Amino acid sequence: MELFYPVTPSHYLVLSAALFTLGVAGALSRRNLFVVLMSLELMLNAVNLSFVTFSRMTGEMSGQVVVLFVVAVAAAEACVGLALVLAFYRMGESVDVDLLKTLKG
Amino acid sequence: MIETGLFYFLAAVLLGLGLVVITRTNPIASALALVGAFAALSGLYALESAKFAAVLQILVYAGGIMVLMIFVIMLVNLPPQALEPLKVRGSVMALVLLAAAAFLGAPLAGVLFTGGMGNAPLPAGDFGGITGVGEKLFAEYLFPFEALSLLLLAAIVGALVLVKKKL
Repeated sequence: MELFYPVTPSHYLVLSAALFTLGVAGALSRRNLFVVLMSLELMLNAVNLSFVTFSRMTGEMSGQVVVLFVVAVAAAEACVGLALVLAFYRMGESVDVDLLKTLKG
Repeated sequence: MIETGLFYFLAAVLLGLGLVVITRTNPIASALALVGAFAALSGLYALESAKFAAVLQILVYAGGIMVLMIFVIMLVNLPPQALEPLKVRGSVMALVLLAAAAFLGAPLAGVLFTGGMGNAPLPAGDFGGITGVGEKLFAEYLFPFEALSLLLLAAIVGALVLVKKKL
């Protein structure tokens, strides 16, 4: 049995799933809003890796166009998200997610 | 052989730095680790001959989004007592990672010990380069592309309104 088989798309997909999991773990368990935002970026990038992998796997370039769209939407998300964090910080001098419960019924 | 070595090296860097991102108490340390993770991801894109995506990753993510994020982290400038290690729900993190290990274990073992699906042969022409992606973008995806510029404009205006002193 060989130690390392040649790298296939499956390797990339498993890596992408692992990266996505790290993002989910961060977004669910951290309470600092900045780290939650960064975990979201991790998840978006994991999906991008999948897109690039499928694009290479099928020899069709549309996946890479979608990567461009995802990056642009991520930029918009970071822009608005950080503005929201700033507005939240001005309200309570804190970026703790647990304090974000004004909308709780 | 070189490709295999590079893949495992970049994958290890990517997952290691990803773990650093979600475990640091100081958000600046997280952000710097994330920049490193994006560099590794860019290398992985290049390995898959997605040159345009690789450059995009560095230019837009590391150079744009992360700079903005570090700028805001420094602007907010949290006091050290707001960064206690207790602010992490360790049990949730452990639970998610355990569940993932359970679900990822089988595919991971399958990939490591039996190999996996194959790639299509690399098409002729500029696969993944700026010419190839550009031709696709401005022919087939012209409308989404223009809609995207509208979204970015809306995001800029939205962000400006949100950070106004008196909302």
